[in-house]
Amino acid sequence: MRRPWLSLAAAAAALLATAFPTLACGGLIGPNGAVNLLRTTTFAGYHDGVEHYVTAFEFAGGGGAFGSIVPLPDIPTKVERGGDWTLQRLVRETDPPDEALFRLDALAGGAAAEAEVLLETTIDALDITILRGGGDEVGLWAKNHGFRLPPDAPEVLDFYADRSPIFMAAAFDADAAAERGQAIGDGTPVHLTIPTDNPWVPLRILALGKQASETVEADVYLLTDDKPAMLPKAGAFAESDGLILDHSAAASDGLLADLRSDAGMGWVPSDAWLTKVVVDAPADAVDFDLAIDATGAGKPSPVDAGYAPFRPANPAPRSPIALYLLAVAALVMVVPLALERVTRGAGGPPPAGA
Amino acid sequence: MTRTIRVAVVVALLGVATIAGGCAPAAMTVTIRIHYSAFDQTEISVPRNVPVTFVLVNEDPIDHEWLIGDSAFHERHRNGTHASHGAVPNEVTVPALETVQTTITFTDPGPVEYICHLPGHEAYGMVGTVLVGG
Repeated sequence: MRRPWLSLAAAAAALLATAFPTLACGGLIGPNGAVNLLRTTTFAGYHDGVEHYVTAFEFAGGGGAFGSIVPLPDIPTKVERGGDWTLQRLVRETDPPDEALFRLDALAGGAAAEAEVLLETTIDALDITILRGGGDEVGLWAKNHGFRLPPDAPEVLDFYADRSPIFMAAAFDADAAAERGQAIGDGTPVHLTIPTDNPWVPLRILALGKQASETVEADVYLLTDDKPAMLPKAGAFAESDGLILDHSAAASDGLLADLRSDAGMGWVPSDAWLTKVVVDAPADAVDFDLAIDATGAGKPSPVDAGYAPFRPANPAPRSPIALYLLAVAALVMVVPLALERVTRGAGGPPPAGA
Repeated sequence: MTRTIRVAVVVALLGVATIAGGCAPAAMTVTIRIHYSAFDQTEISVPRNVPVTFVLVNEDPIDHEWLIGDSAFHERHRNGTHASHGAVPNEVTVPALETVQTTITFTDPGPVEYICHLPGHEAYGMVGTVLVGG
């Protein structure tokens, strides 16, 4: 059983000026290969061995289909429409809005084999597919289903698949959203329930398709039973290094009550620790994920952070074949020596000096 | 006597043919692997007037292109709208996780660039040069 964690991801904040949907923690790929990912907000937490992951697409007008690939730490057991105000409530907790500007209506909307399809579902205008496979398999599935991945996708997919072969592909049909009457700014939250013991928040995926100098901006909220240890250690760097510990405190009773009252959020415990990490860095600097140890042991995994390779670079030979090869090599060395001794013993020339 | 001359002529012709065949430049094959959206060879030397077969191995799960030509050619393709290539030897689409080959005979000496013109790929570094000998 892998270590449990809970996470939520929610809708992109801000009023959208461009005609694209947005989402948290995924690479968003337009039909021309362009990536249209604005500032994202993610909320992650752990409780009772289950991760709850909520991400949201916000309809911003326009037309066409868009897709997203989101790495997941493990196989979700449930994918459903998320609650309506979780993320927005968290934002208000750590960044109280100017009441004059606060919009209440924002709360309302809220060749190789392909990868194996584990689950398919539709939520509003989103077609959600949970996939299992290596980087090549997931990439091929995406290509064959109309996703146009950017050139860095093969390496990034391998980066994640080495640690967890589970991905969520989300296809957003803006035309379908318009037909459903979704207004600009309406969000479609998706709630995934994921039993896992491998807590990490994917950050590198946010840089997918971006030029090196482009900025990755994201707010990551964590809700854990205790104060979590993280890697990289947010707050250890200067702001220019791009990972900032913006909030770390016991969650207020009011926040927990509000979260618990949202759809599908009954799992929220009565006591928890709220952490907010802000990512603000050039794309080429975001080559890591956020590993979390919420057990109190204080040892977030370097592998989960993407710092250490999942597989040893030069694994020691452990297969029987390797042993056979060693045995053959030994025979190749020993047999000629033995034959030489036999030959000498049978009347061959005596050793020199004899 | 006549027979001797005939034999001598045949032998001479065979000799000439052998020498000519030995001097003719042999066709060559170049394999270029594409991994993580990068060509494993970015500078390749080839002789002039010799058929060169390029074996293009795409190890990525995404499509790539291998388009080779002068600067005007590349400028056209930067703004082109072709979904795929294949009918022209110097314009090749290499589908995901597949291998394709194309044969080109370069007649003019000098460098010729090959580039993947799918969106973002050139900026990502998918550029190489074939140096055609004089």
